[in-house]
Amino acid sequence: MPNLLDHLGRPVVAVTGIGLVTSLGKGKEANWEALTAGRSGIHAITRFPVDHLATRISGMVDFLPSSELGATALTYELAETAAGEAITESGLPLEDFDGPLFLAAPPVELDWSARFFLNTRGEGEKGTERLLDAANATGSDELFATTQFGTVADRLSDRFGATGLPITLSTACASGATAIQLGVEAIRRGEAKRALAIGADGSATAEALIRFSLLSALSTNNDVPEKASKPFSKDRDGFVLAEGGAALVLESLESALERGATVIGILRGCGEKADDFHRTRSKPDGSPAIAAVRAALQDAGLAPQQISYINAHGTSTPENDKMEHLSLSTVFGEHLRGIPISSNKSMIGHTLSAAGAIEAAVSLLTMRHGVIPPTINYDNPDPAIDLDVVPNKSREAEVKTVLSNSFGFGGQNTCLVMAREPS
Amino acid sequence: MSPRDVVITGIGLLSTLGEGTDAHWNALAAGVTAATADSTRFAPFTIHPAPAIEWGNQIPKRGDQRQMETWQRLGTYAAGLALDDAGFQDRETWGADMDMVIAAGGGERDVAVDDTILDAARTRNDRGVLLNEKLTTELRPTLFLAQLSNLLAGNISIVHKVTGSSRTFMGEEGAGISAVDTAAARIRSGQSTRVLVGGAYNAEHPDMLMGYELGGFLHRGALRPLWQREGAEGGGVAVGSGAAFLVLESRDSAESRGRTPYAMLGPVVSGRARRSRGELPSALADLAARTASPAEDLLVVSGASGAHEATKAEKDFLGSFPGNAVRGFSGVTGHLKEAQFPFAIGLAALAVSRNAAFPPLDAENERELTGVPSAALVTTVGYARGEGMVLVTEVD
Repeated sequence: MPNLLDHLGRPVVAVTGIGLVTSLGKGKEANWEALTAGRSGIHAITRFPVDHLATRISGMVDFLPSSELGATALTYELAETAAGEAITESGLPLEDFDGPLFLAAPPVELDWSARFFLNTRGEGEKGTERLLDAANATGSDELFATTQFGTVADRLSDRFGATGLPITLSTACASGATAIQLGVEAIRRGEAKRALAIGADGSATAEALIRFSLLSALSTNNDVPEKASKPFSKDRDGFVLAEGGAALVLESLESALERGATVIGILRGCGEKADDFHRTRSKPDGSPAIAAVRAALQDAGLAPQQISYINAHGTSTPENDKMEHLSLSTVFGEHLRGIPISSNKSMIGHTLSAAGAIEAAVSLLTMRHGVIPPTINYDNPDPAIDLDVVPNKSREAEVKTVLSNSFGFGGQNTCLVMAREPS
Repeated sequence: MSPRDVVITGIGLLSTLGEGTDAHWNALAAGVTAATADSTRFAPFTIHPAPAIEWGNQIPKRGDQRQMETWQRLGTYAAGLALDDAGFQDRETWGADMDMVIAAGGGERDVAVDDTILDAARTRNDRGVLLNEKLTTELRPTLFLAQLSNLLAGNISIVHKVTGSSRTFMGEEGAGISAVDTAAARIRSGQSTRVLVGGAYNAEHPDMLMGYELGGFLHRGALRPLWQREGAEGGGVAVGSGAAFLVLESRDSAESRGRTPYAMLGPVVSGRARRSRGELPSALADLAARTASPAEDLLVVSGASGAHEATKAEKDFLGSFPGNAVRGFSGVTGHLKEAQFPFAIGLAALAVSRNAAFPPLDAENERELTGVPSAALVTTVGYARGEGMVLVTEVD
């Protein structure tokens, strides 16, 4: 009989369902097959014109019915698709989840297509006046819905029967991990027996791409899209904007065992630490990331040498990969060289609000299958980053524990520690 | 009584009524009207503009000020007021262990750039190409960060050195409710000792008005008192610029620092009534019951938005209790969206700590309070969705 309480006397939190959708495909199976084959989902942008753009590639999800319908519709569908798969796997009723919902999602703004629509219908000297003038007369419930930050979670709550006021959150690139952390904490505090944690991001619009481009954050390796994301390589030149969604059904181990559910893995620890240095750069000594990793290990009750594998944030920006290496070297010291560490973003790209959840899902699959997905495009190693990045080919290994890192713009850092089995 | 009771030790308020607790209390106690409301700038809509603010008082570096759009500045400023008010002037010492839960919107776009694009779009059909052409050349690179939801928290970390955990919740009024709820739950469970919680909203921007008007929620024409907008043209909401931040702390921690808290928080209750099914009235009754509020002669600080359906349901519900003294502050501050719930808690805490209710803001619909308020019920019913309440009480 496993312990139902952890080293701090809190309920142990199990994962009983996983859902996943990325540019690699819909569902765990399709994604796992591609990830372990080292296949990239990065491709040329076709959703909008790419004239004048420095970056013309992405990891957009182009195969869903909502792919062309705007950020809110696609974010909803990505979340709904992933959550549906996760709840189905958990064996819980699909329309009566009966637990709280934590959704990591991108901030919303009225889509340009809607702005252009209103622009021709309102009176006013300036464009923004025309939009406001036309808003009430020609605005539909659906247009209104796209401007409300609570819309996607509201609809997901209706769809799956989540309880209470759902939480929609953003901690930038750490959002998906934060959603999981909030679910874990709610269960540990005894507020809920189970929680649905989702990260979803379908906001790869032209404007989003341009915004990141203006911050010099994106790769401009357009010629061979699948080679553009190359974490830890010497010639890495930025991340690749992408879309996706992942969902975890989190459940107290006690509740999972009671109802005879299959336990896929354990969410052992969460750690976070904010950075006060700069809006897009991390503190040069890496202290916030170091503190976040240490907090997660401490929360999990594990020493650094007890981690079998690290699922890196690994964005492929010059800054992140260097700082991640520095932080991990500080925490893991001499053990680091013996720990495989790979970046799913080499194949999926950076799914922003969804990334932390997607990478937690992949981490759990990594432990279950005993196979570590590779860091692809590792053809030109950065000599300053001495890591076993599981280069280019997946590797069979017994993985008992995983550390998954998420470091966000705006200085929000969140790390998760997962285990294959309860202790 | 528990050492982990959640007490309020710092309040930072910013609205058209002024900045800080004294300015707000004095204005309300003097029977303030909606005199600062501006019905011409965004006519036919009314907004309650921000007061004149000397940004440097809380955001010393001009470089930092430039990196923020107005809502981020309002929030960062009010967060500083709350930290000062709680006695955390020495930010470097206190910030590292302080947690933060922010309720944020965002999306303050560059109006001039958008106007240029929209003008050009009237004579061009290749709009996708037009967007790329204009946005790649006209957008200020750092604007993205200045309008990004989680960067209010990011700026508070940078300016005020708050670097414990940092979470940003989104979702209109509900985000503010969940932020306070999560902060309180962390303190009660011993996960946090001190949490900075709050939100900010800038009404003076066309996109911020769009978010209401696409749903027909904005009041049109001459402004009316909050509870008297039903039947008037438009949707009943007049928005206001402002921010509200609270320092929540465990009773133990406040005592160990020798601070006298303003008030204590009861259980934060929240929900998501399915309004299209007519669930709102019963949901409000259910929430109020869970706050353990006194049944009579209760001060109610209401975050009612003015939106017709939600405000009518709340008015009917609150009016059914004998002697309730309701104060719908949005009538004089405007609706502060994500900041609405923390703002209401701030006012309730001031009333409880000063043993006084401020006079009615709408004499036809609000009563004088009998006795002194040892507790105040805070309500926030979202204009479109989400409801929350909490009872703010004296610290025993």
